Amino acid sequence: MNNTSTPAPPSFPDVWQTTVRPHLQGNEQIHAWLETNLDERLHFKKSLLLATENRLLYFASFDREPAAGARSCLEFPYRARLKLEQHDHAGVGSLTLTEGESRLAQWRYTLALDAATLRFIKQFVRQLDSFLSGGPVVTDTTEACNKCGSALVLDQCPQCDADEEAPPSTWTLLRLWRFAKPYRWQLLSGFMLMLASTAATLVPPYLTMPLMDKVLIPYQNGAPIDTVTVSWLLGGLFASALLAWGLGWAKTYILALVSERIGADLRTVTYEHLLKLSLEYFGGKRTGDLMSRIGSESDRICVFLSLHLLDFATDVLMILMTAAILVSINPWLAVVTLLPLPVIAWMIHIVRDKLRTGFEKIDRVWSQVSNVLADTIPGIRVVKAFAQEDREASRFRAANAHNLLVNDHINKIWSLFSPSVTLLTEIGLLVVWAFGIWLVSRDEITVGVLTAFLAYISRFYTRLDSMSRIVSVTQKAASGAKRIFDILDHVSSVPEPAHPVHLENISGRITLRDAGFRYGNRSVIKGLNLDIEPGEMIGLVGHSGSGKSTLVNLMCRFYDVSEGSISIDGVNIRQLPIAEYRSNIGLVLQEPFLFFGSIAENIAYGKPAATRAEIIAAARAAHAHEFILRLPHGYDSLVGERGHGLSGGERQRISIARALLIDPRILILDEATASVDTETEKEIQKALDNLVHGRTTIAIAHRLSTLHKAHRLVVLDRGVVVEIGNHDELMAKQGAYYRLYLAQARNVDADLDDNPTQTGEDEA
Amino acid sequence: MNLILSLDAAGQLAYTDPDGKRHENILVVRAYPISAPDEGVSLIGEDGHELVWIADLRDLSANNLNLVSGELARREFMPKISRIAAVSSYATPSTWTVATDRGETELILKAEDHIRRLGLTTLLITDSQGISFLIDDVDRLDRHSRKLLDRFL
Repeated sequence: MNNTSTPAPPSFPDVWQTTVRPHLQGNEQIHAWLETNLDERLHFKKSLLLATENRLLYFASFDREPAAGARSCLEFPYRARLKLEQHDHAGVGSLTLTEGESRLAQWRYTLALDAATLRFIKQFVRQLDSFLSGGPVVTDTTEACNKCGSALVLDQCPQCDADEEAPPSTWTLLRLWRFAKPYRWQLLSGFMLMLASTAATLVPPYLTMPLMDKVLIPYQNGAPIDTVTVSWLLGGLFASALLAWGLGWAKTYILALVSERIGADLRTVTYEHLLKLSLEYFGGKRTGDLMSRIGSESDRICVFLSLHLLDFATDVLMILMTAAILVSINPWLAVVTLLPLPVIAWMIHIVRDKLRTGFEKIDRVWSQVSNVLADTIPGIRVVKAFAQEDREASRFRAANAHNLLVNDHINKIWSLFSPSVTLLTEIGLLVVWAFGIWLVSRDEITVGVLTAFLAYISRFYTRLDSMSRIVSVTQKAASGAKRIFDILDHVSSVPEPAHPVHLENISGRITLRDAGFRYGNRSVIKGLNLDIEPGEMIGLVGHSGSGKSTLVNLMCRFYDVSEGSISIDGVNIRQLPIAEYRSNIGLVLQEPFLFFGSIAENIAYGKPAATRAEIIAAARAAHAHEFILRLPHGYDSLVGERGHGLSGGERQRISIARALLIDPRILILDEATASVDTETEKEIQKALDNLVHGRTTIAIAHRLSTLHKAHRLVVLDRGVVVEIGNHDELMAKQGAYYRLYLAQARNVDADLDDNPTQTGEDEA
Repeated sequence: MNLILSLDAAGQLAYTDPDGKRHENILVVRAYPISAPDEGVSLIGEDGHELVWIADLRDLSANNLNLVSGELARREFMPKISRIAAVSSYATPSTWTVATDRGETELILKAEDHIRRLGLTTLLITDSQGISFLIDDVDRLDRHSRKLLDRFL
């Protein structure tokens, strides 16, 4: 009877082992466990629930003194009518064990354990069923996450792994290699040039050595100046400077070229990927955030690659080469010269770290300031209407004052910073001077060697400061890269079919079978069945939130149904290539969106190759031709993002012309006339009548009068179809539509909830 | 295409429709004044409704073409800039001294986005008065003009 082959559940907490063992009988196995984290008074205390083959066990927190009468272990042997149920309220979940009407026990937990609890209940029910029926335990076929128990998708747990907000690792930057790979030969040549140019910059200090020892010092001692040697040396100095200039230019140019291309590739690839993502993704993201990810983040990475990383690599190379040269000239002096280097580097790093937190604070404060602006400028009409200018001004002043405060603080450290670096550099030089003079006095080195050393180190001490920046820039670039790869890693929830079916001519028959859609855990559409004939006009009616727009979004395949299917001409729309399918749909929205460009371009948006005559024909049919001609530049007039200078009705007619031009088989009107006045509505209605003719049309309208042409009206309420029929039939039925219609006729807000009992009958 | 067009005493264009009704003070507008000026011209009555649609000006008789083009020439004002002599500053608003096909003039550019790109080399500049100036081909401007213009693009 018992399924003893089931292994003990994974990751069972060790701390409970000793408490639990004595209570288990014989070969009793733990099949599921749950560590609840609240006690009955809602204090954070852990306790344990176990499900074995024949009972449910409860262990109270081991660090708690058992109160009088309370036992630290409770057991509930399996019997019929035993039921485990879960509820939650305000972040606290409760798990209740009942037997028939009586409550046996209740345990509390925070909602972090919600998924684990559901899993525990499932396991408990299986064990109980198996115990009662004597049959084997039903086991999952899909693999489950051992943390939360939800089903794994591609070896990843959608619950646990998605929530992990790991700080961006610097290693993310390595993923950029995917974009750098096409340019690897340019990168290699750039690196070679970098080696060469760095080496060239190190020649001049080396030449100071013979200049000192062979020319200047002998001259002071009375020897004449050897012009040949001098001209050779000076020539060498000039040539090396020239070489360093040329190589430096080539290196910077090639690497900047490559990094700019990497940045551009990154931007385009990200944007192209973004466009393919479903509406669901856009619904959850702020426009500004996505814009900055593609715009400034990719630019930041580009600057990091072309500037910071390049400088850093050059500096490291220079220090390594210098160290090698110094050691080859005089090892002892080299050691003394290089010893203070790590100390200085470390000190600079400390100060930088302090500065960084300050700069991050400034960033945050700055975003506060711009938040005030972003809040008030778009809402300026509200601000003025309620005469709240002073309040907004003081809000801005407060944000600005905070900005000043933080800036003052950071400036205090900042102003100290570069003098400190200079001081440290000077001290380093001092040490070299002192030790150098001592060595010269003992004739261990020549004056020329000392000058060369001084020339070398003054070069790289100044570079230490900029080198110390690399840590923070790298972190910033890494976080930028992570934000971009976040987009790139996101898989569209509306996938392209693996084996697409091509439909040559679509007649426009739409079939919905048990279609359901959940938004998060809220179910918006439930078990919807609908057959739409080719050329039929369907009016979707219902109050807001009844699922009309969601239904339309599902038909456009902006989202995929969670259950059931939507087919066109008998083919599931999931099997059709997305772009091909959507080219059959004309969509007119409540808020027409016009892109920046001329009116002709906007009308031809869905068919860029349209001829001018076609555009005019579409505009005529949409009753837009005459008002377009009245504009100063006719069809060449420019309209902005929101169509400045055009009224709502005019914009709507342009968007109708846009839908007309692609000559779609299926037309979707989502509250197309909701935002205009009655007069304009009539004009638009005329335009729409042209559009609707002979096409399968699905129209959503709040004003029922606009649906008079519809063949059938579908009344929706809370995601289910309540009534179907034409106007007269529905009026005769005196149901939900009748009430909606009367309410509108009375000019009162329509509400299907007015008469709950009747609605209930309709549903049945 | 047979149209009955005439000029009235005040020199305004009038149109007599096939039913014999006479429409006075009619307007002649181009559908695509910039991208295709010769395609699509509409005659609009005083009430704002279209009376006649002329798909192509070449379909008109010589006399009618004269009348229509005359009316268009009187209404249309889009000087073509041939040379930019000087600009008052590189920051907007900036006053430009330009030579056009209609003579020398000054225009005030209020913001950079009042320069609109029509094609690769065609620019439309709207000045503070709402007058549109056309630059047919940027590449055909002289070096000096191009250098000045480049600061605003």
